[in-house]
Amino acid sequence: MKNMKDFSLLNNDLVPQHILMPENEVNKVLKEHYLDKEQLPKIKITDPVTLEIGAEVGDVVKIIRKSPTAGEAVIFRLVIE
Amino acid sequence: MAVSQKTIDEMIVNLPLPQNLVDALKNDLQKVKVTKKQLEDIIERSLESYEYARIEPCEAAGVVSAQSIGEPGTQMTMRTFHYAGVAEINVTLGLPRLIEIVDARKNPSTPMMTIYLTEEFAKDRDLARKLAWDIEATHVSHVGSLSTDLTEMVLIIELNEKAISQRGLTSEGVADKLEDELGVPVLANGNILSIRPENESYRELLQLSKNVENIIIKGVKAINRVVISKDDILDEYVLYTEGSALKQTLVFDGVDTTRTNTNNINEVFEVFGIEAARNSIIKEATDTLREQGLTVDVRHIMLVSDIMTVDGEVKAIGRHGISGEKASVLARAAFEVTVNHLLDAGLRGDVDELRGVTENVIVGQPIKLGTGHIKLMTTKKT
Repeated sequence: MKNMKDFSLLNNDLVPQHILMPENEVNKVLKEHYLDKEQLPKIKITDPVTLEIGAEVGDVVKIIRKSPTAGEAVIFRLVIE
Repeated sequence: MAVSQKTIDEMIVNLPLPQNLVDALKNDLQKVKVTKKQLEDIIERSLESYEYARIEPCEAAGVVSAQSIGEPGTQMTMRTFHYAGVAEINVTLGLPRLIEIVDARKNPSTPMMTIYLTEEFAKDRDLARKLAWDIEATHVSHVGSLSTDLTEMVLIIELNEKAISQRGLTSEGVADKLEDELGVPVLANGNILSIRPENESYRELLQLSKNVENIIIKGVKAINRVVISKDDILDEYVLYTEGSALKQTLVFDGVDTTRTNTNNINEVFEVFGIEAARNSIIKEATDTLREQGLTVDVRHIMLVSDIMTVDGEVKAIGRHGISGEKASVLARAAFEVTVNHLLDAGLRGDVDELRGVTENVIVGQPIKLGTGHIKLMTTKKT
């Protein structure tokens, strides 16, 4: 028996790469897409992945998905309560 | 003169194209020799074709998706139970399964897991079999027979020697476990266990016998059956389970945490997060449709799963989910439970901004789709 902490859930095939974004990069992306932070898709602070990468409410997480159509797709999620 | 591989890479790596188009371009350009002029031409034409293939702005993508999934849905079998492939595990398929997925049910009617094993376990049938016994929930009825002796007021469990050793148990171990769970002393005499109720009454004896039947001696509670099967393509043993408990299963030694999967989307969400849930919805919906011989473009399914997961949790399509959260009163009223929505909106004094399609159809205005979304203005030269 191993502990839930002995392995990283980030390695599961279903979980794409999540990257915590620094503030200046977030602003650049938002400007590029003419978006407000609140218009981004959300991710919960209680989500196992946000807990794992140590994001806080208000942070933006960059997600690099493996897409069957585009090969790679980058999306952003705002961390919420 | 042909250009070098390096210049090709430099020129195409930053093009505004999806990754796999860039890769395809790169691969194809490796095979032929092109001049700088030709390369520029190729790039220009690729960009043009890509632009042409993209969906138009203001296109009703959601409606197209809804119809593209809905129409093949009419050809699906309404009620079907099927034994999935080699594993002989009963799973819901066809329309009921698809409905289950888009309704984001907390518990699917036939949860199942596919447990992949780590290298050492995957090649060794005995280790895999042992792990299967460890995971499967073992009840008293699996390892012995239960009888009540009414004259002596005692509950007798006759353990089957072969069954308990097969599951890596001992009669003392079983007795200890039962004692812990029941809180009354359990006497072990070889393979015969006898349990006396606290007070000598028929009712307590019967209650005790019922309790004993429900006790799980070993394994994970939700998992009723584990089937071991050899995957010929991967050349390794894979466990299929009836019932699903991802979190409790991942902690077993020998379980490959990177590949193990369940068909319970809500469980995937709880254990692996929202992005994994999104991937799981796409996978389950595509598999369900494909199993019925229907091909739906994955983009439509991706759109549905995007909408279902946009708020950071898995939401159902329909009255209790996406459609019930529309900003417009008229749009919600047009969908289901019309009177309730209109009445509530009236009581609250809601205002409808008439921004969406449905609202504008109701009031007879041009809808904001396609050309209807564009407003042209002229500036007068003064």
